[in-house]
This record gives sequence, structure tokens and C-alpha cells, in this order.
Amino acid sequence: MSHDITHNEIGHDHHDHKPKGFVKRWLMTTNHKDIGTLYLVFALAMFILGGAMAMVIRLELFQPGLQFIEPHFFNQMTTMHALVMIFGAVMPAFVGLANWMIPLMIGAPDMALPRMNNWSFWILPFAFTMLLATFFMDGGAPAGGWTMYPPLVLQGGHNVGFLVFAVHMMGISSIMGAINVIATIMNMRAPNVGYLNMPLFVWTWLITAFLLIAVMPVLAGAVTMVLTDRYFATSFFNAAGGGDPVLFQHLFWFFGHPEVYIMILPAFGIVSEIIPTFARKPLFGYVSMVYATAAIAFLSFIVWAHHMFSVGMPLGGELYFMYATMMIAVPTGVKIFNWVATMWKGSMTFETPMLWSLAFVVLFSIGGFSGVMMALAPVDLQYHDTYFIVAHFHYVLVTGAVYGIIAGVYYWLPKWSGHMYSERLGKIHFWWSTISVNVLFFPQHFLGLAGMPRRIPDYSTQFAEFNMMSSIGGFAFGLAQVFFVYIVWKTVRGGEKATDQVWDDAKGLEWTVPSPAPYHTFEEFGPVDLDKMAHGKIH
Amino acid sequence: MSETSKDQYYVPHLAKWPIVGTVGMTVTFVGATLAMNSQTSTTPWVMYAGIAIILTMFFGWFSEVIKESEDNLYNKQVDGSFRMGMIWFIFSEVMFFAAFFGALFYARTLSIPWLGGEGTGLATNEVLWNGFEGVWPSNGPGELNGRFEIIDPYHLPLVNTLLLIASSVTITIAHHALRAGNRSQTIFWLIATVILGAVFIFFQAEEYVLAYQEFNLKLSSGIYGSTFFMLTGFHGVHVTLGAIMISIITIRVIKGHFKPESHFGFEAVAWYWHFVDVVWLGLFIFVYIL
Repeated sequence: MSHDITHNEIGHDHHDHKPKGFVKRWLMTTNHKDIGTLYLVFALAMFILGGAMAMVIRLELFQPGLQFIEPHFFNQMTTMHALVMIFGAVMPAFVGLANWMIPLMIGAPDMALPRMNNWSFWILPFAFTMLLATFFMDGGAPAGGWTMYPPLVLQGGHNVGFLVFAVHMMGISSIMGAINVIATIMNMRAPNVGYLNMPLFVWTWLITAFLLIAVMPVLAGAVTMVLTDRYFATSFFNAAGGGDPVLFQHLFWFFGHPEVYIMILPAFGIVSEIIPTFARKPLFGYVSMVYATAAIAFLSFIVWAHHMFSVGMPLGGELYFMYATMMIAVPTGVKIFNWVATMWKGSMTFETPMLWSLAFVVLFSIGGFSGVMMALAPVDLQYHDTYFIVAHFHYVLVTGAVYGIIAGVYYWLPKWSGHMYSERLGKIHFWWSTISVNVLFFPQHFLGLAGMPRRIPDYSTQFAEFNMMSSIGGFAFGLAQVFFVYIVWKTVRGGEKATDQVWDDAKGLEWTVPSPAPYHTFEEFGPVDLDKMAHGKIH
Repeated sequence: MSETSKDQYYVPHLAKWPIVGTVGMTVTFVGATLAMNSQTSTTPWVMYAGIAIILTMFFGWFSEVIKESEDNLYNKQVDGSFRMGMIWFIFSEVMFFAAFFGALFYARTLSIPWLGGEGTGLATNEVLWNGFEGVWPSNGPGELNGRFEIIDPYHLPLVNTLLLIASSVTITIAHHALRAGNRSQTIFWLIATVILGAVFIFFQAEEYVLAYQEFNLKLSSGIYGSTFFMLTGFHGVHVTLGAIMISIITIRVIKGHFKPESHFGFEAVAWYWHFVDVVWLGLFIFVYIL
């Protein structure tokens, strides 16, 4: 890149010179690796911030009674913890991994639409600045729950507009990110890489991207109705005007259910890369994995009202949504069995990414099983809005999505940074997290079954022991993630040099480029060596 | 600085417009919220400033892309990426409208009948909204904003339907003329399309004035007013954007842009125009006629 370009950057860089200066390197970047790094750093910052909010919640719940914070602030904490973790941590982390890995995995020079890629990322810090600024306004941050149900959300004072617009911005970012992923995968594969040669991480992201494009606009529509109901006297959610608050829940969960798969399918993809590497066997049932992912995505569109069994629905609706929901267990089961079968008789080793992946398979299954329990409409009436659901979705989101992300970071960090992380520290991080996360969330099943409601800062004394246990687990788990930040920092700064191959038996095009991956890879379009790909020659 | 060779994918460097767009978006939204939260009605200057920044961004960004395209920096593969970008963007727009159509169908087939006592709504109707009959059109049991009349579909809306269908035909004729290399024909039919779109927007505005002044049909007229104005309003915004886009490609054709065999910018605008046309047909049937 020549440095004297001022008005028209049409040169193509054949050297590995990164743009100089912070603004050019990061603010104006079109490089998929830099943008991936930005996404991952942003997600990590939001993960710590959202985690800090969780610590406040667990601190208040350490003992019955009101100790530290006002109930209204507690409600802000639960609401903002969820928004920050979902839209700020988990989704951007997956997009960051997609940015880094998809072009490397399919032999593409970059993402298909590099400028839009920059835009997708930079919207996020601005959206979250706007959202977090509401903490310092009259009436504080949104406190009506991340689901933003009216009429409660409409009572949010000055924050409603900021909340709605922040969600719009996150949605715009996600849609553009998803369009980029689809265009990259469909249009930028190396000429001899077919769809059924693609690594499973690429496949799961392709399907996730379709989910994003289909549902984020529906969320945008729903929150737009909240905005006009609040400020412009419309009656979408007002029964006196012929509307219905339940309408919001239908629209929201039409987005919300695919959203939970948006947050788990890429994690499925990551563990499907890692398990074959450390079991030293090809992934069992590759094609069935692809079909199972697609089936889960399809089913995610037709099950949304299982989040609403207790709000009032015709009986036929309850039955339909119950049966449809339970069908999801079938393709999910296919995946679990495939991972287990991949390991069957493999010569397994247990490096840190593998440990996180194995914990993912076991602990995500626990979250899946409690999901099947709640799919039963009659018993869901007991679980609804209790700590049982809190336990359920934290098992699928923390030990599912977040474990998948952490596994992926350990797996690919040597490729990104050129350094090996410390295996000893990684294992300490794993065991510390995995023990504490179960101390944190497993007792919440019992609390929920015994009737402790979620989103309430105080509770009856009978729940005291399990809450204290859960809080201790929470503090330990939170601290473990600060340790994770330290491990990543240390690895990026230095350490043992990583080889290009990094893992002995890893397959995939990302292992054919040097470590750290050069600024530009696969610049010359041309066929790649299919033998290097996990599924290059099988189909 | 070397030219991109044809078999290489064009990867632009140093994008300055995205961050401008982000700043514009943030200023717009902050300005809008400040204005909405304000107790007194003030002119939302901050929001206008944000919109101005966004417009500058679009102008600058598209100028850059158009220049690159005219400089022949793109190859077939880049063209493919642009096509996919536009297709899936339009799909996301479809889903946005689907949310509002969903609200309309929900109100008509579920919430209004329930409030009127159908199904399990009997007690609700007896106790809370006694005497309310769940028939469409409705501004709800609270009769919000008082009695109103609805727009007769066979006057202005029918004319508007014919206008938009005609405009879809004219833009297709323009496309065929462009492919045949007949520029004056292309320009003529593009201008015809813009005029048809502009007349449509004028009639929509006329209809809104009529609704507010003669029929007492307002945004605050319960669920009917909400769905009517939000659906037609968002559609109107899209027609306006589409008309601006067609105006811009008209200028580009006049300036000699596009080739008979490659003119993706033209096609993208045409797709978008057909999309707003199809949404209108949905509106005409489900909002106006039924």
C-alpha cells in the first residue's frame, strides 16, 4: 500500500504492509482479519462488562433481603446483562470468528463486501455506547427485561427511544454481517471447493446467516411498534385500541427463537472442527450434520410460542407448539451422537480446546434436556419465569455458546497470534470455569423447581442455601474469565512460536497458511489442495 | 500502485465512509430520541444533522463505488457479490414488512375478535368491554380518537395501483432499451418511471390529508389507524427512496454510464422498484380492499 494515496485507494496491495496509524489500521480497515480481531476484542470487553453486571446480580442474591442495591437498579442489571451478553458478547464473538476463519477456510482473499464489513463492526460500539449511556439518564437504563415486553417497557422513561434505536443499530449490523457471510460463502469459495467440501463451521455460519436476515428485521419491526406506541399514540399493544400486548410476544419470539439458534449453531460448527482434530478421526456423519443444522434452523421458525405457554393461547396452539418444539430434539440428537461417534475409538488427546469442546457436548446436553422438559406445555406452567428457565438458558448459552467460543479461541489463537497459549494455564482456566459454572447454575434448577421466581431481587428464606452456593460459583466463574483475558493477553504478547500446522492432525485450509496468518492470504484465486481439507475428497 | 487484474478479486483499502455512516446514524437516533423525550415541541435539529451526515455518506460511498465500476476495477465475481448483497437486502426488507403485515393479520383475525368475545374472550368482553363488537375496521373497544371512515379502495388507491404497475412496466422497457444499447429510449422510460412514482407519492400525500381532515382517520385511531399508517407510511418511504434511486441511475445513463451487457446498478434499482411494487399489491389487497 503506497502511503501517499489521498483520494482514491484503488491500489491492490501485494505486500504485507499493514496500513500505518490507528485510524487507518482500525477505523478504516477492510481487512477481514483486522475486522475479526475488532469483533473479538469488542466481544471480550462486552463479556467482561456483562459479567460485571451478573456479579452485581449474584451479589444481591447472595442472601435473602435487600442488601446492596435498589430493586429498580436490580431490574436494570438483569435487563442490561442480557442485552450486553446477547448482542454485545456472543453474537459479535461469532461474527468475529466468522470474519477470521471463513475466508481462510474456503480459500478466499477476504470477505465479499469488505467496506460493508467495516460498517457492520463499527456500528456496534456506537450502539452500545448509546445503550449504556442510559444508565446515567433520568430513570436509568431499560429495566423491563431484555425481551422488552409492553406495557412494562413503555414505562421506561427516557430510555425507551435509546433502547429501540440501539436495537435497530445492532440489527442493521447483524443483517449486514450476515449478508456478507452469505455472499462470501456462496461467491468466494476457491474454484474447486464445493458446498459439501466446506468445513462444518462454514456450513453452520451459512445457515445462521440466513436465520439472521430472516428474523432481525422482524425484531426491528416489533421494537418500531414499541416506539410508536410510546411516542406516537399507536395502539399495536394497547387493548383499548384493539391491539394486544401478546402480539409483541409473538413478533418478539418469532425473532427470539431463531435467535437462540443463531447463538448456538456456530458453536456447533466450532466443536465439529475441534473434536475430529483431537480424536484424530474424520467427523462422523458430515452430511447428516449439515442436514441436521438445516433442520434445526427450519424448525426454529415454527416453534416460537413455546416461550409463551403461560400467557394464554388456544389449546390447539399450545399442542402444536409443544409437539413442534420436541421435534427439535431429533436433529440435535443427531449432532450429539455424531460427536460421540467421532470420538468412538479415536486416539484422543485432551488439549485445552478439546476439553472445552467435551464440556460443551456434556453440559449443552444438560441444557438441551431441560429444554425438552419445558417444551411440555402442561409442566411448563410450573417452570415458567422461575429459576429453572434461568438455569436452562444459561446451560445452553454459557456452557453452550460461550464454551464453544472459548474452545474456538484456544483452537485458533495460535494461528491468529503466532504463539502457543500456555497449556497449563488453559487447563487451569478450563477446570476452574467448569467446576464453578456448575456450582453457579446447577442449583438454580432446584431453586426453580421449588418455585423461586426469576428477575426478583429478594426471595423467601427457604431458597437461601442454594442461592449462596450459586453466588459463590458465580464469583468464581467471573474471576476465571478475568484469568482468561490474562491468558489471551499473554499469548498475544509472546510465548512459544506456533507452527503453521499448530495441531498435529488438524485438517483445513487455515492450517496451510503461516502462523501468524499473514495480512493477506489466498490473494491469487485458484484451486486449493482438497487433500488439506477435512471433507475435501470424501463426497 | 497497480491496477487490479481481472482474475483477482477487488478488495478496496481504507474505507472512510462506513465510520461516517455510523456517526450519522448515531447522531440521527440520539437527536430523534432527544426530540421525542423533550416536553416542548422543538425542531429536531440534531436529527436533521444526522440525516445530513447519512446522506453525505451515501453520496460519497456510492460515488466511490460508481467510479471504481466505471474504471473497470470490478470483475464478474465482484458483480456476483453485489448481486447477492442486493438480493438478501431486499429479503430483509420483505421480512420487515412481514412484521407489520403480521400485526395486521393478528389484529384482524385474533385480537379484535377476542376483545369482541370470541373464543376464550367471552369474560373479557362481558366484564371489561361490554357491548364491543369485534368487527373490522376497528379502533378498539376504547374507540380511540373517535369515529372514523376508511379510504375507499376504488378511488385513489386503485389509481395508485395502476400507477405503480405502469411504472414497473416502464422500468422494464427502459431495461430492454438499455440492453439494446438504445440510450435515448432508456432515458425516456426512466424519466417516465420517476414521474409515475412521483405522482404516486403525491396521491399518497393527498390521501393522508384526506384521511386526517375529512375522515378523522389518524395514526392514533386505534389498531386500524396504527396498521394503516405504519404499513402505507413505510411503503411510501420506500417508494420515495426508490424514486430517488431511479433518478440517480437516470443521471448516470445520461452521463454515459452502464454497458448493454453489464449494468448491475441499474438492475439493483429495478429489483428494488419491483419489490416496492409487490409490497403495494399486498397493501392494496389486505389494507384497502379486504
